[in-house]
Amino acid sequence: MNRHLLSSSDLTRDDVRMLLATAAEMHEVQRRDVKKLPTLRGRTVINLFFEDSTRTRSSFEIAGKWMSADTINITGKGSSASKGESLRDTVRTIDAMAVDALVIRHMASGAAHQVSQWVDASVVNAGDGTHEHPTQALLDAYTMEQRIGSLDGARVAIVGDLTHSRVFRSNAITLRTLGAQVTLVAPPTLMPSGIGEWARADGLELTDDLDSVLASGPDAVMMLRVQRERMSGGFFPTAREYTIGFGLTRDRLWALTAANPNAVICHPGPMNRGLEISADAADAAQSLVLDQVSAGVAIRMAVLYHLLAGEGAAA
Amino acid sequence: MSDVLLTGPTWYAANGTAQRGDVLLRQGVVASLGSVDAPKDVERLDADGLVLLPGFVDLHTHLREPGREDTETIASGSRAAAVGGYTAVLAMANTDPVTDTAEAAERVLDLGRAAGLVDVVPVGAVTKGLDGGELAELGLMHRSRAGVTVFSDDGRCVADGRVMRRALEYVRAFDGVVSQHSQDPELADASACCHEGELSGRLGLPGWPPVAEASIIARDAMLAEHTGSRVHVAHVSTAEGLDVVRWAKARGVRMTAEVTPHHLALGTELLTGYDPTFKVNPPLRPDEDRRALVDGLLEGTIDAVATDHAPHARHDKEHAFVDAAFGMLGLETAFSVVHDLLVADGRLGWADLSRVMSVNPARIAGLARHGREVAEGAPASLVLVDPTARVTVDRATSQSLSHNTPWHGHTLSGAVHTTILRGTVTARGGKPTAC
Repeated sequence: MNRHLLSSSDLTRDDVRMLLATAAEMHEVQRRDVKKLPTLRGRTVINLFFEDSTRTRSSFEIAGKWMSADTINITGKGSSASKGESLRDTVRTIDAMAVDALVIRHMASGAAHQVSQWVDASVVNAGDGTHEHPTQALLDAYTMEQRIGSLDGARVAIVGDLTHSRVFRSNAITLRTLGAQVTLVAPPTLMPSGIGEWARADGLELTDDLDSVLASGPDAVMMLRVQRERMSGGFFPTAREYTIGFGLTRDRLWALTAANPNAVICHPGPMNRGLEISADAADAAQSLVLDQVSAGVAIRMAVLYHLLAGEGAAA
Repeated sequence: MSDVLLTGPTWYAANGTAQRGDVLLRQGVVASLGSVDAPKDVERLDADGLVLLPGFVDLHTHLREPGREDTETIASGSRAAAVGGYTAVLAMANTDPVTDTAEAAERVLDLGRAAGLVDVVPVGAVTKGLDGGELAELGLMHRSRAGVTVFSDDGRCVADGRVMRRALEYVRAFDGVVSQHSQDPELADASACCHEGELSGRLGLPGWPPVAEASIIARDAMLAEHTGSRVHVAHVSTAEGLDVVRWAKARGVRMTAEVTPHHLALGTELLTGYDPTFKVNPPLRPDEDRRALVDGLLEGTIDAVATDHAPHARHDKEHAFVDAAFGMLGLETAFSVVHDLLVADGRLGWADLSRVMSVNPARIAGLARHGREVAEGAPASLVLVDPTARVTVDRATSQSLSHNTPWHGHTLSGAVHTTILRGTVTARGGKPTAC
């Protein structure tokens, strides 16, 4: 592994396999009464969150604490630009306190890449704008494999607002790295620009016909959050039209189950129940939504472990 | 202003014919050329192996004074211009306060004269405060000592068709020209910072689609045709925009266009690492656009090379990519970039280089004393360039107060040797002369 985790494309297939294996060990630790490991004792992990986040920040914090690292959260709403300080000055100030890892969430794409060039600490991208969210893709892969087995050759559909989704970008990379077949489903306005060339280069399939995809019986369907404010941006006309075209409704849940009884449903959260996913689908037995959250801690433990502690037995 | 004898340079007639000999500069004009009967005590400048060209004219420079003197002043920008071979630069209006009155324009003119290295020609704002609403005092700026002829809200597009129409109608009376920053703000808003395509999709950066440029150029072409006025397209960056310019010119519309050295030579793939050094507006484009722009320049659809020299403090560039300032330096490297890209391999001849870097820009801006063929009686505002020299760009040594050059560490063929403004040497060997 590299010194930083900035993009899912930083990870080879072996890297991903190693991280998922370590996460499985860490997941065992979570089931113990005493969850504390001494692994990162004396190490300092800063969670630097420029954007609101509940699950990602708390999961990194718990991951660090269970491995005995000193974890500190720094949150700041609004870009540092609005405060007059450059991002470089902000992160170099923090880096000067001799931290070992900087977990960064920022509303601007590329922020983690830029920060990694300015600091000595290892940088973990915990979501940068509409670019990537590599630990989310790892935990999604982990959760799916726990339920459906190896993703090599598995068929995964990613449905929804692809344009604005960092979860999609990281998942498309990691799923391909693991050998999955990936189909992207979205209205044309929510497909990222240049997706045609991109899909050809990376071997992704594109469609705007969700029903056909579900009828083909995919192994997993990943529903992405659709922000209601996208309507004012003219990306789609109404919530009703979106749901009818691209929502995982109860009828579609049945169609999916009929085509593949073992298919699973993922959603990175927070969910807009009734918009992109019906309550029936969100709470169905096939839904992995809470498993994803649980796996999030194990994955982040694995990432911090491999970035900071190196090789060898983790737990 | 002492007399100077340039010994042994080569110069070119407009038809491309080369001549070689000595050139005597006296009283600020080219006194004689060829075999010159010079006084014995005249100052001699060895120009053997050098090419003598009319001084460069930049239609598009940001000098940041007044307002951001920490990033560039008229004096420091003048030094950068002189070192870059320029004898005249048009200073854009987006300063703080904006150049939207006669007094503000005269102030820029006077500060340029005080610096004394290059003719600093103020560009006037089209609208008050660049807000796109009410017309600035276009006529008063023109009638001022600054004689403003070029108007631009550069940095922002005059998006309102009614305002653009009125501005064009108004400046026609004195043969003024509106230089338009062609960017439909609805199709490419202020956050747009990456060419819209596969790369912007992958990087998750707000896309800047070519249609946002081409549609404004098309509208402006129709308005210029309707009003009979001159319109100039600043920094054309796309093949689509260029096609519209070509169409407009064929139709007889009084439209001219410029391209920057960076849009000719640098590609959108440089954004892959999110380095804001390469963040510029309009954004760097893919190779297809670059090739089209080169063709457009060679065929004459694009009239001029203009730098869009845009100094920025380091801390204004060291934000997250979408928050960082737009723009890059250009004055000191423009000649070397164009030479390295197009002259060195013979695609652009020396007379054509003068056409796009001196003659056409001077004509567009109405500067009669610049961009004149090297000939007896012409103003001695000239540049000597060394086509065999190689320069390695080092941002630490820039004359500009800022260091945001995209060329840091690059080695380019062709260097400006000496710049002369009305018979006085203003820069030599990469250093401005005190005056």
